[in-house]
Amino acid sequence: MFKTKTFVKMAVVSIMAAIFLAGCGGDKDSKGNSKDVLAQIKEHKKIVFGVKNDTRLFGLKNPSTGEVEGFDIDLSKALAEEMFGKDVKPEYVEVTSKTRVGLLNNGKVDAVVATMTITEERKKEVDFTDVYFQAGQSLLVKKGSKIQSIKDLKQGTKVLAVKGSTSAINIREKAPETTVLEYENYAEAFTALKAGKGDALTTDDAILYGMAEEDPSFELVGGTFTEEPYGIAVKKGNQELVDALNKALKSLKDSGKYDEIKNKWIKN
Amino acid sequence: MDFLAPFIEVYKLDNLKFLLEGFGVTLKVAAISIVLSFMIGGLIGTLRYARIPVVSPLLAVVVETIRNLPLLLIIFFAYFALPEIGIEMEITTAAIAALTVFESAMLSEIIRSGLNSIEKGQIEAARASGLNYIQTLRYIIMPQALRRMVPPIVSQFISLLKDTSLAVVIALPDLLHNGQIIYAQKGSYVIPVFVIVAFMYFIVNYALSRVARRLEIKQT
Amino acid sequence: MLDFSILTTNIDSFLQGLKITIISSLIALLCSFILGTLLAVMRIAPFKTLNWFGTAYVEFIRNIPVLVIVFFTYLSGNFGGMAAGTIGLTIYTAAFIAEAIRAGIMSVPNGQMEAARSTGLSYGQAMRMVILPQAIKIVIPPLGNQFINLVKNSSLLAVVAGGDLMYQGDLISAKTYVTFDTYVFVALFYLVLTIPLSLGVGFLEKRMARSN
Repeated sequence: MFKTKTFVKMAVVSIMAAIFLAGCGGDKDSKGNSKDVLAQIKEHKKIVFGVKNDTRLFGLKNPSTGEVEGFDIDLSKALAEEMFGKDVKPEYVEVTSKTRVGLLNNGKVDAVVATMTITEERKKEVDFTDVYFQAGQSLLVKKGSKIQSIKDLKQGTKVLAVKGSTSAINIREKAPETTVLEYENYAEAFTALKAGKGDALTTDDAILYGMAEEDPSFELVGGTFTEEPYGIAVKKGNQELVDALNKALKSLKDSGKYDEIKNKWIKN
Repeated sequence: MDFLAPFIEVYKLDNLKFLLEGFGVTLKVAAISIVLSFMIGGLIGTLRYARIPVVSPLLAVVVETIRNLPLLLIIFFAYFALPEIGIEMEITTAAIAALTVFESAMLSEIIRSGLNSIEKGQIEAARASGLNYIQTLRYIIMPQALRRMVPPIVSQFISLLKDTSLAVVIALPDLLHNGQIIYAQKGSYVIPVFVIVAFMYFIVNYALSRVARRLEIKQT
Repeated sequence: MLDFSILTTNIDSFLQGLKITIISSLIALLCSFILGTLLAVMRIAPFKTLNWFGTAYVEFIRNIPVLVIVFFTYLSGNFGGMAAGTIGLTIYTAAFIAEAIRAGIMSVPNGQMEAARSTGLSYGQAMRMVILPQAIKIVIPPLGNQFINLVKNSSLLAVVAGGDLMYQGDLISAKTYVTFDTYVFVALFYLVLTIPLSLGVGFLEKRMARSN
């Protein structure tokens, strides 16, 4: 009967819709909104770090091993061990600049260690630890380029950046005459730079070092023209977790382990 | 010979496996979206054909709006904008949701016009011989309409497979995305990667279009 | 409700993007129409090599994603975002227009040309007064649909920094930290372009059907 067919169709659609919505909504409650994050970490015996998967030196997925490698990963591992010993296992989830705050807020990650600059704006949304790495915005150019500093970015030059990054916003402020082209992510921006779509790429020097390491025909120029202090972000209202992380960070710095990790990745 | 070097470097086994993984994601996302959009689109198309007051015009507005928007916008909206009103989805879910919404709208039109294409004479004859509306729909209209709709539906499926590539903007690890990762390594990899990526899309879609042509011939 | 200040403070960017979208779509439409006609003629011309080339082009391009074509054009050529996007759109849409035009020409019965010639018309006159008018009736609706598709596909310029409406939307949403409202406004701008086109095509389809 037509009625049966339609009814079956509607039933299936409703069930599918319900499954989708359940899938979406369910994750929100997995970490619970009432308990604070540190308590949950201890209870579940795991700490989930949100890290980049596409940023050489800080968080980059190795396609052969499937593992993420970088400064942020090693540092967070060391912090977890310092805080909890072997009791709590560190786990890693991919985040991007766009998704990291959302994933923090819905509980999918406990802490974000993903080249995230501490800014007053962001402090309104998340809580930060002390600075764990001091970066600064810089420029990446082809070796021998006429662009040697931000002063060389004038009318007619093209700078590449990532859509919505603070670097994109800063460069428009500091070099208002240059044309800024924005891409979906760093890989695309760098590919565009290599294809000659721009004269320079701008973002944190830490990230640029990774690019220069990948393709030595590019180099950083002009030093840094902003300060980008990286901090670990946690969901707002979790001061205990922030304190624990800060304490662990200080221990690592005092014991020399921090320098060990840093020198492994940042070679300058 | 110099010119071939990047091709040889790109076409090594690791990369090909990586591309196939991506292609697997493409096919999976497309398949799920196709099934869902066929059900939803079929429902909507039939409801609009039945000209139910209030429901049909409302659906018409919704369908026309979605059909006239870029799919890229719908994808962005699903993944980046919906979280602002509380709907959070993972990348794959968002991609499937966006594709399903768009393709359902497209399919509902195909199905609606397929149903509309059945001559009134048939309907009158059926009613005259005692069948009620529902029986007419089920035994006379639907079978013929479905047969006529096969070519445009398969064509829409091919579009869907191609459209999954748009989800690279939300980092869906599909064929195009994995291709991008490979050519991010070296500028000279761009052309070899695109050659094989295009080829892979072409093979599957061309095969589907041949199947569609066979089905079309079978009907006449 | 929607935050209209996003629209008003950024109206210049929105309009700039809209402008680029319109220009890119128009140029792509014109160029793909020319290229498409060329391809259609190639496919029906009595020369095997031309046939083969036309068919190969159409079959290949129709079956690959337009985004792949746009990226390829952008990264392996020396074009900027808007140019590469427009060229990519042209290459892609031409394949579909070629099919529509070919269908149009072939739908006119062979007898028509002979009949027209036998009444004394030259080839050119026969084409102009008898064949093409009938072909155009068949071709205009799908052409209209392709134009709508072009406008929608032009959003791909956003992925190669092409400065179109979608790109501006991305930048505005990143700058203001507001995504939902921004993209709703972007959607409205697109609908302002596509819905009239859609209604226009629908209207033309009805008129063509009526004149039969």
